[in-house]
Amino acid sequence: MGHLGRTAILGLGTFLALLAAAFAADSAFRLHAFVLVLALGVATIYMLRTAPTGDAPAAKDESDYMDGPIRAGVILTTFWGVVGFLVGVVAAAQLAWPDFNIEPFLNFGRIRPLHTSAVVFAFGGTALITTSMYVVQRTSRARLFGGDLAWFVFWGYQLFILLAATGYLLGITASREYAEPEWYVDLWLTIVWVAYLIMFLGTLIKRKEPHIYVANWFYLAFIVTIAMLHVVNNLAVPVSFLGTKSYSLFSGVQDALTQWWYGHNAVGFFLTAGFLGMMYYFMPKQAERPVYSYRLSIIHFWSLIFLYIWAGPHHLHYTALPDWAQTLGMVFSVMLWMPSWGGMINGLMTLQGAWDKIRTDPIIRMMVVAVAFYGMSTFEGPVMSIKAVNGLSHYTDWTIGHVHSGALGWVGMISFGAVYFLVPRLWNRERIYSLRMINWHFWFATLGIVVYAAVMWVAGITQGLMWREYDDQGFLVYSFAETVQALHPYYVLRVFGGLLYLIGGLIMAWNVYQTIRGNVRNERPLVTHTVAQPAE
Amino acid sequence: MTEKERDEISGTETTGHEWDGIKELNTPLPRWWLWTFYGTIVWALGYVIVYPAIPLINSATPGVLGYSSRAELDQQVAMAAEAQADTVARIEELDVASIIGDEELARFARAGGRSLFKNYCSQCHGSGATGAPGYPNLNDDEWIWGGTPEAIYATIAHGVRYEDDPETRFNLMPAVSEYLSPEEVREVSHYAASLSGMAEGEATAAGQQLFAENCAACHGEMGEGIAEMGAPALNNAIGLYAEDYEGILAQVQAPRHGVMPAWLGRMSEASVKQLAVYVHSLGGGQ
Repeated sequence: MGHLGRTAILGLGTFLALLAAAFAADSAFRLHAFVLVLALGVATIYMLRTAPTGDAPAAKDESDYMDGPIRAGVILTTFWGVVGFLVGVVAAAQLAWPDFNIEPFLNFGRIRPLHTSAVVFAFGGTALITTSMYVVQRTSRARLFGGDLAWFVFWGYQLFILLAATGYLLGITASREYAEPEWYVDLWLTIVWVAYLIMFLGTLIKRKEPHIYVANWFYLAFIVTIAMLHVVNNLAVPVSFLGTKSYSLFSGVQDALTQWWYGHNAVGFFLTAGFLGMMYYFMPKQAERPVYSYRLSIIHFWSLIFLYIWAGPHHLHYTALPDWAQTLGMVFSVMLWMPSWGGMINGLMTLQGAWDKIRTDPIIRMMVVAVAFYGMSTFEGPVMSIKAVNGLSHYTDWTIGHVHSGALGWVGMISFGAVYFLVPRLWNRERIYSLRMINWHFWFATLGIVVYAAVMWVAGITQGLMWREYDDQGFLVYSFAETVQALHPYYVLRVFGGLLYLIGGLIMAWNVYQTIRGNVRNERPLVTHTVAQPAE
Repeated sequence: MTEKERDEISGTETTGHEWDGIKELNTPLPRWWLWTFYGTIVWALGYVIVYPAIPLINSATPGVLGYSSRAELDQQVAMAAEAQADTVARIEELDVASIIGDEELARFARAGGRSLFKNYCSQCHGSGATGAPGYPNLNDDEWIWGGTPEAIYATIAHGVRYEDDPETRFNLMPAVSEYLSPEEVREVSHYAASLSGMAEGEATAAGQQLFAENCAACHGEMGEGIAEMGAPALNNAIGLYAEDYEGILAQVQAPRHGVMPAWLGRMSEASVKQLAVYVHSLGGGQ
């Protein structure tokens, strides 16, 4: 398809969106359609202004890797990271000081899904799509399959993010945790995701390596499973084809179980399998060491994939869910411990023979902390799935702390490492703008995570113990409001931890920006190579 | 497949493949990892045998312990009720004043009342029972419907202006502004405010006269309030809606009336008695 065809499709899309706005069944849908008109309209105008003037489009060299979407992806990963962390800080501040709730658009109820989706789907998702495009080409020695399909996947996914985010602020929600977008946004994501699968599989099929590299197994598991989870969990009947509202196909405890089958496997296949794919490429590349154990990677891959999908019911302990299903969720979660740790062992032990790089290379240090937090939260997860522990931890901030040690520690840090790895290579720079700033980013982020996780543990256990505190006469001691009051200092500290992490993200954004511009910071080397001298 | 090679540092064989410069060692599975994995599987099998686990057509395998989370909950609730049964039975028999007179019962009732209060009452009256505009403070000795144990019990049991309870406490402050002129409303409000020293300047004789004619029947000659009628005292600075002249004026011009739910029926008689004992003990009980 030529430039003209693409422009025409975008123009047609703009027109259809305008029609949708005109005939909208409710005002939220109309506003949302106008957001679409704006996005597609700007894209159309951009395409018109950049129309090729000559009639000789540069002949594409099919042997080259396709890096355009990857460059855009690195920039947007950084951007969404900063946005997601910022919204997280706002949400934390709202919990500490309710006056930060600005009605109606910036209420906590709308900010919270904006935060979770911004970090998981915008930051994490863009990072996964971007790195998977990079990794699958390099490890298959093949250009991305489908030509411009990669651009469609990339911008299609960004359009999904835009519609999801603006929808939350407008108050449009399907009320499904981590799957809040309404039916029409879900349908769009399905189309984009199928295109992603075709692009990825096609590239694997035309690979020039005899075997498929382990990182690609994980990426593929992520793509396939997310497609399945997304489609099943979001099955719904729209009230009107030009309205926002839809009704889920599930109800009652079946609905809850479907939701948490989705929710837990979003963690398992998006935030674990996907990012393990990232780890399996960038860690050995940065360390310049072979992967520790091929056998371990096979066994832990298949056991992880098989066990994870059953673990969801542990989110519904002591509810209307039948006991047998609770047992299922619990035992599979406990069995998941070692398969999860297989990835940690393979990551850490890849540094065998290169341990000194923890001292000299802040990117390696980030990756090591990422894997360490991965190991910690994949141990904490099975522990929390045990019913006796869950009885204390469930519904408390312990869960929030657990999620964030995984999200900030594992997902965030491994993505930062990948971004720092990619930027100089994608823009052909000699090196990153400032290695010292990576070091600063590392310390801000690590300190932020430690503050956040520690504070939430204390808060969660305090909360759980207060809820179940009985006096000597057998009466409950605390009201709910009193437990909230007791948590206030921890909520304030959480804002502080989040701020540290956000500052780290801003330092990264500046570093990436300067590197892309081609600058190199004039600074003292991070490590002097005299062995006797201590580092700083 | 290329020829097998050994990694120099670890001395381990590689798999012979290479992707973009990445090689893989053929290290065997760490033993501790494998045995721990087996251990969790064995534990899982054991758990599945002991607890409900395998779904069948209409039910699931109950496990050798016959455990059920619902039965466990019922059992714990029953045990808790059993532990308190004797004391609760005695509370049911006695009236509130007699419960307060019995040291052991009173201690129990205060603890139970505090717990109930935090669950059911604190939403309006506050965790410390300090109240809020429109919701009375229960720590002081100012009572709209009376502060004796029995009066407090009746208020909690039947509520105030709660339509679903025929025995509910009921009164309405008349909208005197419908038959008094705006000037008269201001004068009588000013006089009422002056009783507690809220008003600035001297009260007028006309205001006093208007108060005697329109207000004293319920609020008392000196604005001391009449608990039987649920008319609050005006001669102190404690106000349900008003803390100054402007507030009193607003209440006279367009009276507001709160509603308190009746709790008897939603909770047991013994529970309402415990609440009454607790509220009575907060400081102002008569």
